[in-house]
Order: sequence, then C-alpha cells, then structure tokens
Amino acid sequence: MSNAEANSQATGRRIPDRLRTPLQRFLASWELLLLVVAIGVFVVNSFASPYFLDPWNLSDATFNFTEKALIAFAMALLIISGEIDLSVASIIALASTAMGFAVQMGVDTSLLVLIGLGVGLACGAFNGFLVTGFGLPSIVVTIGTMSLFRGVSYIVLGDKAYTGYPADFAYFGQGYVWWVISFEFLLFAVMALLFAILLHKTNFGRAVYVIGNNPVGALFSGIRVKRVKFALFLLTGLMSGVAAVCLTSRLGATRPSIAFGWELEVVTMVVLGGINILGGSGTIPGVVIAAFVMGMVTFGFGLLNVPGIVMSIFIGLLLIAVIALPRIARHILARRKA
Amino acid sequence: MKLFKSLLAATAVAAVCIAGPAQAETKRIALVVKALGIGFFEAAAKGAEEAAKELGDVEIIYTGPTDTTAEGQIEVINALIAQKVDAIAISANDQDALVPALKKAMQRGITVVSWDSGVAPDGRQLHLNPSSNPLIGNMIIKLAADHLPDGGDVAVLSASATATNQNTWIEEMNKVKDNYPGINVVATVYGDDLADKSYREAQGLMQTYPDLKAIIAPTSVGIVAAAQAVSDAEKAGQINVTGLGLPSEMAGHIDSGASKSFAIWNPIDLGYSATMLAYNLAAGNAEAKPGAEIPMGRMGALKLDDNNEGAMADPFVYDSSNIDDFKDIF
Repeated sequence: MSNAEANSQATGRRIPDRLRTPLQRFLASWELLLLVVAIGVFVVNSFASPYFLDPWNLSDATFNFTEKALIAFAMALLIISGEIDLSVASIIALASTAMGFAVQMGVDTSLLVLIGLGVGLACGAFNGFLVTGFGLPSIVVTIGTMSLFRGVSYIVLGDKAYTGYPADFAYFGQGYVWWVISFEFLLFAVMALLFAILLHKTNFGRAVYVIGNNPVGALFSGIRVKRVKFALFLLTGLMSGVAAVCLTSRLGATRPSIAFGWELEVVTMVVLGGINILGGSGTIPGVVIAAFVMGMVTFGFGLLNVPGIVMSIFIGLLLIAVIALPRIARHILARRKA
Repeated sequence: MKLFKSLLAATAVAAVCIAGPAQAETKRIALVVKALGIGFFEAAAKGAEEAAKELGDVEIIYTGPTDTTAEGQIEVINALIAQKVDAIAISANDQDALVPALKKAMQRGITVVSWDSGVAPDGRQLHLNPSSNPLIGNMIIKLAADHLPDGGDVAVLSASATATNQNTWIEEMNKVKDNYPGINVVATVYGDDLADKSYREAQGLMQTYPDLKAIIAPTSVGIVAAAQAVSDAEKAGQINVTGLGLPSEMAGHIDSGASKSFAIWNPIDLGYSATMLAYNLAAGNAEAKPGAEIPMGRMGALKLDDNNEGAMADPFVYDSSNIDDFKDIF
C-alpha cells in the first residue's frame, strides 16, 4: 500500500483520501442491510396484527430488548477487542441477589442502586483481573465465573425469593418518563449514544479496534492493551449491574434463576449487529438496530401467538442468513473478478 | 439482496398464514403454560379446548415460552395484553416475578387466574390447585411406602430448586413422613426438569446410596428419567421409581417394573376447570372472593379459601391394573 502510494505520488497523480464516499460505504454496509430487515419486520408486523401499531403496545414491546441491549453495547466493545464475557447473566443474578439481601436489611432505593452497580463492577473487575492478570482466555474464565456468580446466588437463596423492594425502586423497570417513553427505553437511547461516541469518536474506541485487529501491533504502538481490556471488562460488569437494577425493578423479585440464558441472547444481538465475533470490526448503530429487530420479531410473533420455539428458530435463521449472506456475496464477487 | 427479498417474502407469507381471523364477540381465553412441548400442558390444552367446545363462544389461545423462565412468560403476557384477550389462565414459573405484569393485565380489564403453579395473591383473582398440597405430599410418600413393608432408604428427585409446587409438596411430605415408620428420606436432588440432568442425578443417587429402595420424583420429567436410569442400571424391581408422572410416558416403565405405581391428577380436567373458571369470571357469572363457590362445568364448583385458592380433586393412582386405559389419553 505504502509503495503504491509512494509511486503514485512520484508520478504526481491525485490520491483519493478514501476509496469510497461515505454514501457508498453506507449503501454497502451491514447496517443498511439490517435496517432493511428491521423495516421489513415492522411493516410485516403492522399488516399481520391489528394490535401492533399501538403506542402502548410498542412501548411494552421495548421491554423485550432494552435490558439485554444495555449489556450488548458493552459486550460489543469487548468482542471487538477480541475478548468475550459469558458471565453477564450470572452477574445480573448475583447483583440482584445482593440488592435483595440489602432490602432485607432495610436499605433505601438510592443505596440499592449503588449496590447493584457496585456488584456488577466488582464482578467485571474479577473477570478482567483473571484475563489480563494471568493471561487466561476470556471464554474459559467467564464460563467459570458464569457458574461461580450464579452459584453464589443459589447458595444464598436456594429455593427462596427476595421480595419487598421499596415502592420507588419500581421506577427503574416500570416507570415512564414521558407518555409511552419508559425509563428503560430512555436509558437505552442515552447509553446507545454514549457508547457510540466512546467507540467511534474517542482514542479509547480506536484503541479497541486496533487491539481487536492486531493485539501485538497495538502493544508495540504504545497502546496499553491490558489496561484497555481490563476497562472493557469493568464496563461490561457495570452494564450488567445496570441491567440487574432494571430487571429486578421490573420483576419486583429476585430468584437465583433470574435472567437465565441471557448471555447467549446478548451475544446473538451483538453478532446480529454486525460485530465480528473474531474481533476488530463492527459498530454500535448496528447493535442498536439488531436490538430492535430481535425485540420486534419476538413481540410480533407473540401477538400472533406463534410458539416461542418458532421464534427461536427464526432468530437463529436470521442470524445465520445475515452472517452468511455478505460472505457468500463476497465469495461470488471475488470469483467473478478472478 | 435477492435473498433478502425472498426472506422478507417468506416472513410475510408465514405471518399471513398464522394470523387468524379476529372475532368480535367470542371470549378469547389464553392458557399460558410454563413452557411449550411438555406432555402435561399439551393435555391441559386438550381440556381447555373441551371446555371451549362446551361453552361455544370461546377461543382458546394456547401459549407459553420456550423454556421455563419468568422473563419468557412476561414477554408472553405483554403480547396477550396487547391483543386485549378477555382472560389469562396461567401456570407460573415464578410466583412473585409475574405479579407486576399480571397486575398490569388486570388493570386493563383482563381476568387473571392461575392454575397448577400459582401466582402470589396480588397478581391473580383466584388460584386453582390441582389437588390439595397436603394430599399430594402424603400421596408421594405413601406410594413409596406401600411397596416397602419393611421400610428402607428413599430419595427425592425434584424439578428445579425454585419450582413453587414441587417445593410445597416436598415440604408437606416431610410433615407427614413420621406416619410411615422405617421410611428414611436420605436426600433431595434437583434435575431442573431436564431429561439428561435428571437422569444423571438419578444415577448419582444410586451410586451414593447403595441401599436405596425408592426414588420419589414429583415431576413428570424427573420420574421418566429416573425410571430410565434404574432400568439402564438393571435395578428394576430393586429400586421403585414413583411420584408424579404421565401415563403415556410411564407405561413402559410400569411394564418393565422400574415403577410399580405413580399418581397424577388429570391434566385434561385441570385445563378444563381453569378455562371454565376464567370464563365464568370474565363473563361476570361469578366473583372471586373468599368463601365463593365458582362453577367449573362437569368438575363441580371450586370453593375458595381466604387466599382465593381452591383444590380441584384428589390425585389418582396409576399402576399395572389401569395404565393401559390411560396411556393413550395423555
């Protein structure tokens, strides 16, 4: 590349600073593909059920994805950097259990939220320490902590449940900011914006991409790889804590089985959003659209009383199709050129 | 892009096929179960359809999540609220976590009853117990004791550690176990209502307690897995697997001797009664309050206690004498 540039400079030709215009890039992008799917799902749903286009129903539908999406934003950064955290759902269980325990001690709402976030942060720090401190593979570490965190909840709670959360605590999962805009949805929108800025507009975000593409190269170019990765685990833990506050508030109760199986749904959302599971590429807008697609598909099918297993099959097929299509297309194009 | 178009087209076609006609006058009653694909609940749905046929102007929506989680059921409840169904009859995965969602349903004028596995009083108008918990707790240990005149070690293989009903039954069983001298309950393990996990837990019990004489599994998934584990270990006849199960799934194990007898209420009757109760409340024929007696068709009437709960009937024992009559039904 640099040779070619040097050559063209020598001959005095004008060099474009980018190969394609932003519009061209957008037209060929994953996000546009997803957006088409999202609009398609929305249109199909509107025709298929007379109940879909109702502001309150759509507002209810957002609860299907907001909490998972909050974690997915942080998970997206983590996966771009080449790591993964499969313990997120178990962090929710542990954070929720800690909050439930605190309620029995008579703790008030603001401290409850701090406890939820604090436990999330501590769990993230634990994961980050094991991965960056000992150089262990994150998939192994977090499969371990997945059992560990939820295991602690089971030991504390057994077959019991913590209930009796203060009335004002219900606001985080059941409250509305304005008309049909729930607190959770507002939080989702604000976090989407913050994470988009963090990933796409800051040095930290650039470092995340560089680490995912070439960790050794990143190290030699002066990026503190371990510190960045540790920060990403902290962030994922913190967002799991935020999700724990919202979900616990929405359910009004804590059992050790809370949020069971969510880690895979979060990873599905991230991958559907166009984040390369091997690290190095992907965008936050992609994850936002993927969250809407998953939420609208499950809600739309729910309105038609389609059995849940059919929904799972559809999400699975969508994931495979969306991932396979661009690769197949690229393969065919490459062959034609050759 | 072409593939995408066909994908969208396929979705549209599927959606149009699935979308049923929207009736104006019929009462739509949703039967929400813990998870789809469980024989017990499929049988309950049959009972609900029977009640709908008898009532005439009722449409049954049989639905539930793919796995037994409260979060999954809340998504289903939200979708039902959005459709403005007339009544929800639910077997709950979590008695507390569903309360906010079901409260919202009631605020929007939907009748809510729970059946089989209950919801806390705030989240429903009444709860239909298939039988009374003390009777079931007594029945499961009696089934084991009947075939152990000299006593012996027995173990319990339950569903998940958070399952409301299994925990209640085991509690009731422990209250009356002194009435069965010589019967020694050595352990309680959890198979999470998963066939493979229940199977491994049953194997573990046989290895840990060589003198084990009976396994009590008060869950339709656990009892089949335990009976299979006993058969595979060639211990049929030595270890009696009993508890609560479905005749169709247990017929083979009754024949092989791995299980001498087991009990269950009739899930068809349960789905039928839940539908009748939901209909009568939604139609304004009855009001759910302590002491009320609410008619449920051929099953008589449900008498509500102070918590607005009532029991449908006694559990029924199945053994080699009657299994053939029931195995094709559910």
